[in-house]
Amino acid sequence: MVSVESEQRGGELLVPTAVKIVIAGGFGTGKTTMVKSVSEIPPLQTEELLTEASVGVDDVVGVEGKDTTTVALDFGRITINPSIVLYLFGTPGQNRFWFMWDELAHGAIGAIVLVDTRRLDSSFPSIDFFERRNIPFIVAVNCFDGAHSYTVEEVRGALDVDAAIPVVLCDVRDRESSKAVLIDLIEHTMARLDAMA
Amino acid sequence: MAGAGQEDWWYDEAAGPLVRPYAMVRGRTRPVRSELHLVTQVRAMRNASDPDSLTVEHLEIMKLCQRPLSVAEVAAYLDLPLQVVKVLLSDLVQRGDVIVRDPSRVTEIPDRNLLQAVLDGVRGI
Repeated sequence: MVSVESEQRGGELLVPTAVKIVIAGGFGTGKTTMVKSVSEIPPLQTEELLTEASVGVDDVVGVEGKDTTTVALDFGRITINPSIVLYLFGTPGQNRFWFMWDELAHGAIGAIVLVDTRRLDSSFPSIDFFERRNIPFIVAVNCFDGAHSYTVEEVRGALDVDAAIPVVLCDVRDRESSKAVLIDLIEHTMARLDAMA
Repeated sequence: MAGAGQEDWWYDEAAGPLVRPYAMVRGRTRPVRSELHLVTQVRAMRNASDPDSLTVEHLEIMKLCQRPLSVAEVAAYLDLPLQVVKVLLSDLVQRGDVIVRDPSRVTEIPDRNLLQAVLDGVRGI
């Protein structure tokens, strides 16, 4: 797909490989904060225009009278080395944007489902999404100030996730803590890969 | 003509921001090339083949992509909807002014070596 002429004009131009991690969870669980704490650039936002065709007509509650709406995606970037770039995408919160999740999850290393113990149920749809598609994911409990603290086992029990899915505690405002969650996810994906081999 | 009153016009104030981006791509909503995903890496050739035939937006992309960037980053920096950027990028790819990462590399699940490199990289930040 690259013509000989363009190869010549491009010389030895390096085009890196891109990988991505999806950060999911209910509204207000700290997705953008997590992106911000580990990204090398301030989180960027891009908008996708939606037409009625891309959203179930019954799902556009709240945007009545509009044929078109936009969905905003927040994302950050970590340059691993000159040939690999990692992108972190926060999922759009509203349920009517589920179809965007498919593009986000496609080819991803995996997903981090952020959980706020005050609103555990808001993370159920995310967990269902990744479970059903067999996409590697881990659950990260964001320990907000003042939130009653639960043990990992209590959260695991309440969420009813498989024993093979790691559940970890974190503080997304803290860079090292967010980094540790990324590492847990990548290790989980690698372990799954090894188990399949 | 019946029904041609002003209230029936399909465009109104609310349509303004929608019309402009699509005017940029002459109403096209689908890129010719389908391999342009959110994280597909794009990099511009050092010089455009025929800059005079490019729009301001195309030239902005050429300038921005002197270093490799993802489709999503290009959209964010130019403050244009993703769909519009994909159409513009697809023009540039067809002209050979921009190269993209081999599409098979962005859609498959990362292999173990790649994962190990990412793991080492994240540990090092």
